[in-house]
Amino acid sequence: MENIKELILAKVSDAVIEDKQYLTVTVKPEDLRTLAKMLRYDEGFDYLIQLTGVDYGDSLGVVYLLAKSEDMAVCIVIKTATADKENPTLPTVSDMWKAANWNEREVYDYFGVIFINHPDMRHLFLTERWKGYPLRKDYDAGRDVNPLDLKSYDMSDTTVSYVSEGDGIKKIEKNLFEEEDYVVNIGPQHPATHGVLHFRTALDGEIIKKIDANCGYIHRGVEKLCEGLTYPQSLHFTDRLDYLCAHIYRHGLCMCVEKAAGIEVPERAEVIRTIMDELQRIDSHLIAWSCMCQDMSALTAFIYGMRDREKILDIFEETGGGRLIQNYNVIGGVMADIHPNFVQRVKDFIPVMRKGLKEYHQLYTGNVIARERMIGVGVMSKETAIAYGVTGPSARASGIHCDLRKMAPYAAYDKVEFKEIIRMEGDSMARYMNRLDEIEESLHIIEQLIDNIPEGDFCAKTKAIIKLPEGEYFQRVEGGRGEWGVYILSKGDKTPYRMKFRSPCMTLVNAMDTISRGGKIADLITIGGSMDYIIPDIDR
Amino acid sequence: MEVKDIKIKGISYDEFKDNDSLEKYVEELRANGVGIITGVLDDIINWGRSNSLWPLTFATSCCGIEFMAVGAARYDFARFGFEVTRNSPRQADVIIVAGTIVDKMAPVLKRLYDQMAEPKYVIAMGSCAISGGPFCNSYCVVNGVDEFLPVDVYVPGCPPKPEALLYGMMQLQRKVKMERFMFKDKEVKENE
Amino acid sequence: MFDFSIWTNWIDQFLRTNLPEFWALAIEFVVVGVIILALYCIIALALIYFERKICAFFQCRLGPNRVGPYGIFQSVADMLKMLIKEIIPINHTDKFLFYLAPFFVLIASILAFGAIPWGNGLQILDFNIGIFYILSVSSLGVIGILLAGWASNNKYSMIGAMRSGAQLISYELSAGLALMTIVVLSGSMQLSTMIEGQKDCWYLFQGHIPAVIAFIIYLIAGHAETNRGPFDLPEAESELAAGYHTEYSGLQFGFFYLAEYLNMFIIASIAATVFLGGWMPFHVTGLDGFNAVMDYIPSVIWFFGKVVFLMMLSLWVRWTFPRLRIDHLLDLEWKYLLPINMVNLLVMVIVVIYGWYF
Repeated sequence: MENIKELILAKVSDAVIEDKQYLTVTVKPEDLRTLAKMLRYDEGFDYLIQLTGVDYGDSLGVVYLLAKSEDMAVCIVIKTATADKENPTLPTVSDMWKAANWNEREVYDYFGVIFINHPDMRHLFLTERWKGYPLRKDYDAGRDVNPLDLKSYDMSDTTVSYVSEGDGIKKIEKNLFEEEDYVVNIGPQHPATHGVLHFRTALDGEIIKKIDANCGYIHRGVEKLCEGLTYPQSLHFTDRLDYLCAHIYRHGLCMCVEKAAGIEVPERAEVIRTIMDELQRIDSHLIAWSCMCQDMSALTAFIYGMRDREKILDIFEETGGGRLIQNYNVIGGVMADIHPNFVQRVKDFIPVMRKGLKEYHQLYTGNVIARERMIGVGVMSKETAIAYGVTGPSARASGIHCDLRKMAPYAAYDKVEFKEIIRMEGDSMARYMNRLDEIEESLHIIEQLIDNIPEGDFCAKTKAIIKLPEGEYFQRVEGGRGEWGVYILSKGDKTPYRMKFRSPCMTLVNAMDTISRGGKIADLITIGGSMDYIIPDIDR
Repeated sequence: MEVKDIKIKGISYDEFKDNDSLEKYVEELRANGVGIITGVLDDIINWGRSNSLWPLTFATSCCGIEFMAVGAARYDFARFGFEVTRNSPRQADVIIVAGTIVDKMAPVLKRLYDQMAEPKYVIAMGSCAISGGPFCNSYCVVNGVDEFLPVDVYVPGCPPKPEALLYGMMQLQRKVKMERFMFKDKEVKENE
Repeated sequence: MFDFSIWTNWIDQFLRTNLPEFWALAIEFVVVGVIILALYCIIALALIYFERKICAFFQCRLGPNRVGPYGIFQSVADMLKMLIKEIIPINHTDKFLFYLAPFFVLIASILAFGAIPWGNGLQILDFNIGIFYILSVSSLGVIGILLAGWASNNKYSMIGAMRSGAQLISYELSAGLALMTIVVLSGSMQLSTMIEGQKDCWYLFQGHIPAVIAFIIYLIAGHAETNRGPFDLPEAESELAAGYHTEYSGLQFGFFYLAEYLNMFIIASIAATVFLGGWMPFHVTGLDGFNAVMDYIPSVIWFFGKVVFLMMLSLWVRWTFPRLRIDHLLDLEWKYLLPINMVNLLVMVIVVIYGWYF
């Protein structure tokens, strides 16, 4: 890493380099692109993991977390800020990392920062009529500023981008679609969008020419809410982001807080958390499989998947009390000890699931229609996946080693042996098969741990009020759909100054336009099913 | 007072909660007496309606997964005749608002409701749809769909268990069984 | 074998002797019309219930069981509700065509329904070109679907209707050719003659290899014509919301819904009539005792038994397979079914010329 420091200083002489959790470089906005270019093209930091806007009070800043596709554990943080709060502008990096496209739109939504040269500077989550920037510290959240409006407005067909010209900034309006495009609205209420997502799809007959995805139909402002709540209070929001990975997400936030506060988690809790994570992953992949089958109109397969999933929910319900949302992790461990039946139930479940997997392959994987519809459909190349920052089973289907359980092990993952499922095809079939194979791997992990749950406390003793020391904390965990991350900026209070969640699903939907162009409408549905996004996770 | 003609197969009257409000509702509907023929016709119609409540496939977040679970093998709402989930609001009878409704979604939901054909019913499923739930302090979350939709049944929980949704749907059936349909418009006009 | 024409002829004679011919015919028309419509409704309702139960069993569920014993009145409740549900008048539609479309679909299926031989002597229309008639009227339904999609002024409906046009017109070819293969064997297009010709052996067995191929192709093409999964592209739920009938509500939607199930029945009954001998019992030449036992079973039961068996096959496919994509669908027809069918027709002609059938 020393090498990198010198290289950075050689390029940008007044960069401030700090050794924190990750190497952190602070630069002025005008040097940002120079540094970013160097890191992206010379040093191989091709993954943009997180892009977070922060209101520092006197300035508005952005924090970039970059990683390498060769080794996902190597990260670097870039920070920049602009002092102009009236007309804040920053240079875009969306031409280097396509993942930045939506993230910068999100920052524009939250803080009003305009990114120069960004191709599509529209609101992402909020409507065009929204007044104010909700995540700025001076935003008054009163309902009288932005009252509930029930009128249906037409969506604008144009977008703007701001281009620097000489000293000033020029605003350019562009049309989203061409004159003769046949634009079909798929969503916001549509059976195959897995929630409330809105695809405006330009068609040529049945062929897709362009997709314009709109989010925000379930944007609940979780990040702002977290700023007003203490750390234990904000835990429950993570369950409701991606409700199919409730346990894993909560695990991530707990770990972040524990690391920052220096809380030692008992070994028993670590193992329980790992088992629960893997059960949750099986649950999540089962739903993904079921819903994909349902999207392709195989209702029987859907019901089979849901049927087997109920057995996992039984295990959750017995121990944690909740079915879908368990509220089981707490800071320092887990909320309650496992139920006496837990071990036996899990042991009973493993052979049932193995049998189920065999059944799924017989019923669906071998089906000639299903194969025709999945093989070669929606091919996501390795480059596309990296550019959009796609992670999880979908990226592993494109040949990227990005399993954080292997790359940066947490909890009890370093004690178990399992395979990282990699496929090279990158099509819908590969993504589909990856999920089913990962269920098998998860079962394997559970098998190794279930007999070896150590005795001891299930939760560390923590203070009633948890205050994190001043600083920035990152935590990345492997969710069911990809890498989920949390970023906490603490000013030493009992509440976070800024809390940001990295959504794996956002990258997936962001990539939809690229990989489904040229396909049929039916392919869009297949690809959507194979990508398996959860909308509340995107909108937060 | 037990309302005699509300019967749900397999569950006795007393097992249902909140019978008071149902009884009050029935009293209101029957204030002017019920004609013999129109009453019988109403009963037949209500029997049909209550046993064939087709939900719209509408879900925004977590509760949607539980809604799917209700349709799947273990809970199976097909038993009650709710199984034909329609994707087009024109053909649906009941909209189950499953999940948080935010400002951007509210006009869409309103429009969906307007697109449904009469008679139409609304079930607010989960605390988000009832009151905004854990997100009620947020800057863009609607604090309960009853701000702009006439909700018939509230199903609390975050998310409610499938059993709770089934119970809520049965409560809706009970409510539908009490409705007056024949010559309702005429009576309303006369009263005015 | 009991011949139902004894009854019908007796009624006809009775009316004609007591009334002038005009009135006798008028009464007969009305009675037959009412019977057809009533049967139409009852069969559709029974089918809806049947499908829901079967599909529930495929999916490890129970299916409707609250309305009446085993939920048998479930579809009656659905019908009652549908009858009094609001029909929404929609702006920006072609009103006349919009309201006409469901009737087109319904009438097409009723017309085909009228020509089905139900049992020995129970057939309303017995043209000398019966097969041709059924093929032509049942393909009228596509006009209704196209009209519905066009008049709704809705993009989903429009795409659904266009898909349905492409699909039905292509699969009509295969269905027609498959039936023609058997017409070559039987030498007649009249349904009663065809059934009579299967007295000793069903055409499926008489025509051996070419007949079996034609049977399979007809089942596939017929299944596609009913717009049911895996060929349900026109209403493709997960792609096009509800396809061509997205904008229809209440009774109008009910018409589409009924016609969908009835088309399934019609396809199954044509297949049963042409390939499996319709109401004709299963006979084996030489085994007179066995044949006599088979004759004891009423012809109507034979007919319905065969139809239900074929519909079971259709449901099985429906609930197992995912949906085809539009290009795969057309590939299947134009690249595989149609060429096979043409060769098959030729083979059948050769078989018939050389007398190589049983």
